Amino acid sequence: MSTTFHVNGKAVHADAAQDTPLLWVIRDELGLTGTKFGCGAALCGACTVHVDGKPARSCQTPVGTVAGKKVATVESLSKDNSHPLQVAWIKHDVPQCGYCQSGQLMSAAALLAGNKNPSDSDIDNAMSGNICRCGTYPRVKAAIKDAASMMRQA
Amino acid sequence: MTTSRREFLKTSAALTGGLMMGMVLPESAISAGTLHTPNAWVHIADDNSITLLCARSEMGQGVYTSLPMLIAEELHVDLHSVKVQNAPPAAVYVNALLGAQITGGSTSVRDGWEKLRVAGAQVREMLISAAADEWKVDRGLLKADKGVVTGPNGKHATYGHLAAAASKLPVPEKVALKDPKDFKIVGKRTKRLDTAHKVNGSAQYGIDVKLPGMLYASLEQCPVIGGKVVSFDASAAKTMPGVVDVVQINDGVAVVAKSYWQAFTARKSLTVQWDEGPGAAIDHNTVLKSTRDAFDTIAALPIGKPVGDVAQAMQGAARTISAEYISPMQAHAPLEPMNFTADYRDGKITLIGSTQFQQGAQGAVAAALQLKPEDVSVQTTFLGGGFGRRLELDFIVQAAQISKAVNKPVKLVWSREDDMTHDFYRPLGVNQLQAGLDAQGNPVALHFKVASQSVTQRAFGLPKATFDPFMGEAAVAGYEIANTKHDLHIVDTGIRVGYWRAVSHNMNAFANESFIDELAAAAGKDPYAYRLSLLANKPRFANVLKLAAEKAGWGTPLPAGRARGIALMEGYDSYMAQVAEVSVDEKGVQVHRVTVAADVGHMINPDTVEAQIQSSVVFGMGAGLMQEITMENGRVKQTNYSNFPVVRMFHSPDVSIVLVPSTEKPGGIGEPATALVVPAIANAVFAATGKRVRKLPLTAKAIAQA
Repeated sequence: MSTTFHVNGKAVHADAAQDTPLLWVIRDELGLTGTKFGCGAALCGACTVHVDGKPARSCQTPVGTVAGKKVATVESLSKDNSHPLQVAWIKHDVPQCGYCQSGQLMSAAALLAGNKNPSDSDIDNAMSGNICRCGTYPRVKAAIKDAASMMRQA
Repeated sequence: MTTSRREFLKTSAALTGGLMMGMVLPESAISAGTLHTPNAWVHIADDNSITLLCARSEMGQGVYTSLPMLIAEELHVDLHSVKVQNAPPAAVYVNALLGAQITGGSTSVRDGWEKLRVAGAQVREMLISAAADEWKVDRGLLKADKGVVTGPNGKHATYGHLAAAASKLPVPEKVALKDPKDFKIVGKRTKRLDTAHKVNGSAQYGIDVKLPGMLYASLEQCPVIGGKVVSFDASAAKTMPGVVDVVQINDGVAVVAKSYWQAFTARKSLTVQWDEGPGAAIDHNTVLKSTRDAFDTIAALPIGKPVGDVAQAMQGAARTISAEYISPMQAHAPLEPMNFTADYRDGKITLIGSTQFQQGAQGAVAAALQLKPEDVSVQTTFLGGGFGRRLELDFIVQAAQISKAVNKPVKLVWSREDDMTHDFYRPLGVNQLQAGLDAQGNPVALHFKVASQSVTQRAFGLPKATFDPFMGEAAVAGYEIANTKHDLHIVDTGIRVGYWRAVSHNMNAFANESFIDELAAAAGKDPYAYRLSLLANKPRFANVLKLAAEKAGWGTPLPAGRARGIALMEGYDSYMAQVAEVSVDEKGVQVHRVTVAADVGHMINPDTVEAQIQSSVVFGMGAGLMQEITMENGRVKQTNYSNFPVVRMFHSPDVSIVLVPSTEKPGGIGEPATALVVPAIANAVFAATGKRVRKLPLTAKAIAQA
């Protein structure tokens, strides 16, 4: 039985079994590899996507549960790096190895969608589920503040 | 130290075989058809695009920017006109500091510093010669700049136009290099070239590789590392959706399916009988005991040359002080789990993925599959972290064996649990230090002893009872003490050990910098002033120590409950001091601020230097405060980031950095701060609580028990 849902604004049909984590459907079946596998247990945040606008760990989200819903991945921010978060990430040269950054960006995007002027502790709370083994946290935080400022002025 | 490493690994690489190869171009470069090859590093196409074949893997440390900067500087082109492609395994790409094509040891810039500027200059001169030949003018009248060679009477030609002719010319042996004061690119804060790919999901890591007809594999390995399959029952797995085959390889039983999730799910229904082997008896307490016993049972190897007469000076000392420090085992846990893609067909194999050791991958797979090395091609993607884990070749050989068994392209993907329980762990280290102090509390003698396991014995076949330079790093500290002796005791605990970011700097700097702090306390002196008093003839050490102390406001009042600790080290030819500012409560240590002063010699990209220091502080903090690997019945007890916690944003301190302008040769910066932050924190904890924690990690429990 296939599952029908929306990814980045397009309707998709996934053939994978209903209990298959959304992560693997997005990566292996739909070919959107920006969303990453890190822990398989919702501990690291590398697989963060939005489901109906809310951040979700796609490694713990069975694809059957997103039927009819809207899923957004890092590829939805923009292809030309024009989203304020991408602009800020580039300005601060945030990524090192870069592997966690899709998840960091999607958690940050969810935060800024509801709070255009986050405090340090708002940011710490929203980003606490996203591990970066390269330790880019200070730059992630600075870039989120910068992006928020851009979005306030937009 | 550097020379002995190089000499050793050269010999070792020759012994293990399969590492010396001729120059080959990546297939994508050959198929482009228009590329010209003035030398092994720089390719210029007819369309003027310039490609650096980067012989080092990009794992976050910024080599895809810093190494092109070196080329662009001498080639006289805009940095952004240089594309980067990872180099295939080849002798020409060997890292001279390590004797093999390895990304590690904070060597990429140190190795490339002269080599890549020379390569850029050679190509520049060849392009000028090609223009001189074409125009039949004296080459002294020509100049190359911004991708164009210009000459008299308005003559000009692009590098792309000249590349074909230039590539046929002999490579000039001697070329003039710029005086560093004329650098336009090197030394300037420069945006990374790879960032754009890493903010929109387009950067390709090993785990993202997809080949036509590719299958996915999940591998069940023995819970005890080194254990072997006795028998297995795959009847249930074979009936599960998507499963194509179940195959046994050396390290276990692999389920091969049409998707990763199908392979991983079916793997759970395998039944495997294991011969767990001798590893099943290993327990972390026995590892600690056998390491500690090594001081009595295994002969010491000298680290450096003894100075003076330690025994006599100890006897004559007003008092002696001794302490033992323990650094536990650690996992690397890079965020991208181990994986590799292999495509075996007709006696040849293509390997694609995240690796720090291209030649090793080629050699190991050639040996495992009984192929000629030239029939094993290796392509390197971006690495989702390395930290030393991707110097290992286990998962690459596994992918190759599985692909050969099913005769199809296969991507092997490990789970996080596979990764955590089948790492090559940082070995446990025990350091025992003794000092003799005079009546004023100044050290007159130091005896430093370390016992640990040799990664180099396992990885490169270093003979037993031979000094391993990767165990003696930062053992000899900068302090001027009249009588010193440093001993290494190498023990084999049976653990599968690996190089872990900053390697032996970690245990040795923790011991040395905790101990000097203890001596200062015993002498009733300020730990900063005490250190400084021992550095009268060590200007680079003294300078960074002063800078860190000044920047951190050493000695100035702090909010209640906060305290500072200081630490100093040389590693990878870089000199560094750190001041950590912490508070301690029942939940443990909170690190508020870390101040770092670093003299890393000539910097290529200061922004990357800062990023690597920030990164290392966070990485080292995790090991210092919260992580350790423990074992029971040969099984690693940690399985995921739940029980192997890592630093998260809310733990992350402010990091302020002072960089020393320098024209000394470049030092490495990917690692040293990792080691040094730990004693800086431990010393701050002592200052805050009066408790000296000598066994890591510095958890709330460890502090309570100290």
